[in-house]
Amino acid sequence: MPDSRNLSHKAAIVGAAETDTVGVLPDRSVLQLHAESAFNALADAGLTLDDIDGVATAGVSPAQLTEYLGIMPKWIDGTAVGGGSFLIHVGHAVAAIAAGYCDTVLITHGESGRSRVGAGGFGGARQSMSGQFEAPYGVAGPPSMFSVPIARHMKVYGTTEEQLAAVSVATRQWAQQNPRAMMRDPITIEDVLSSRMIAWPLHLLNCCLVTDGGGALIVVSEERANDFPKKPVWVLGRGESSQHTNISQMWDFTEWTAAAKITGPEAFRMAGLDQSAIQHAMFYDAFSHTPIYALEALGFVGPGEGGPWFAEMNSAPGGKLPMNTNGGGLSYTHTGMYGMFAIQESVRQLRGEAPAQLDNVEVSMVHAPGGMFSATSTLILGNQ
Amino acid sequence: MVGQQRMQKPLPQATPETQEFWDGLKRHELRMQHCNTCDRGYFYPRPFCPYPGCHSRDVEWRTASGKGTLHSYVIAHRGHPAFEPPYVIAVVALEEGGKMMTNITGLDDPTPEKLPVDAPLEIVYQDVDDEVTLPLWKAGVGSPQIAAAT
Ligand SMILES: [Zn+2]
Repeated sequence: MPDSRNLSHKAAIVGAAETDTVGVLPDRSVLQLHAESAFNALADAGLTLDDIDGVATAGVSPAQLTEYLGIMPKWIDGTAVGGGSFLIHVGHAVAAIAAGYCDTVLITHGESGRSRVGAGGFGGARQSMSGQFEAPYGVAGPPSMFSVPIARHMKVYGTTEEQLAAVSVATRQWAQQNPRAMMRDPITIEDVLSSRMIAWPLHLLNCCLVTDGGGALIVVSEERANDFPKKPVWVLGRGESSQHTNISQMWDFTEWTAAAKITGPEAFRMAGLDQSAIQHAMFYDAFSHTPIYALEALGFVGPGEGGPWFAEMNSAPGGKLPMNTNGGGLSYTHTGMYGMFAIQESVRQLRGEAPAQLDNVEVSMVHAPGGMFSATSTLILGNQ
Repeated sequence: MVGQQRMQKPLPQATPETQEFWDGLKRHELRMQHCNTCDRGYFYPRPFCPYPGCHSRDVEWRTASGKGTLHSYVIAHRGHPAFEPPYVIAVVALEEGGKMMTNITGLDDPTPEKLPVDAPLEIVYQDVDDEVTLPLWKAGVGSPQIAAAT
């Protein structure tokens, strides 16, 4: 039985510091205070930012912090529940380190509580890095932000609007088999290309739905896993990262780098599996290009081969790797944070209770962004 | 569009580490930071180098060339209500290093054909009001496709 005592004496705080001064600091933004604290604690420990592979923070998101610091950790915790959050982060870090998720965790705090420089709340948004460096140019939600890298993928790899459309067409074929799906009428490549332009190269049918809904999961220890009515779905592997929050600061516009370098390799390593073991995939399809980037980054195809792979209908019913078999965010449902629904469909497939049930699925992969390719997470689930 | 009142565009407000950038724009000068350790420029401003493997705090402000290339973009047909569609939300790869979001200006009826990725761009200083000058970008020298379209 897992016991927190097993984690006692398994981790230690080896660096600790505050900002150079505390008090009234109108010359420091919130993010600057985080960074200054971080540099001071790193100096205290004789480490550099490049030694950090785990990050926890509250007040700002890990995505804001990692972008600002220029790091890409393999474990993140943005648990934000008020003043005690950092105590919780320490506890999470102990578990994460014991689990082998990361080795060196940085926990930061910074708050311009008095001077309100770069702080949230009234007027704060204009001082955030997105308020300063993206909002002035008319970005208006995911369609005009998540989509910005695509033109470069098209230029570098020759990815086409037709290939993007194929992702939507294949996903709709799955939705046709799901009575709960919002959009079930068959569509063609031409239907996608002739649908209203939202933000070139994305047409309406390249964009996910906007719906209401929810989902939940119960997770227990291995010892209890067989004590329930349903067959257990095992967590075989996991990976997480965070890369940026502003799309303009994505490291590489042609590659989902955090998936390629961190979450895919981490999940496969933990599971002791490779791509050949994955029989079913739920690659969060906020837009048609998201699964293309995921497929390439997770190593199922080479860089730039994603577009042609989808054009061959490999993700569709009867294809090589059945994907987004619930109909996806594009055709099933998309509440905003759709990742929960991706997990739910993976669980259904592994339990044998999906509307479009596949034969003999033992291993499924779930992969999702948070924000605009910002945070990244991968799960490998199995039923054996 | 004349005669139709559009809502106010969202405007930036400087923070201590970005103040020099925004002040520079008011003087029609592109001020960027340069890392003296790895000898690269970066964007947006912060008091240390953001590049993995460096992260030096030995950085300085320099005046940049105002030249760059069209790294990627979308043509927004449904976007922010303060903007007249279609408009181009672009990311410029700055000559000195780093990437900056912007709008491409001087281009009526933007199409993908007029906007080849990697086309040269140059900065245009748009004085919005007494407080804010925005760095917009337009076709640069050697960018015949965009230039021909303007
Ligand atoms: Zn550097």
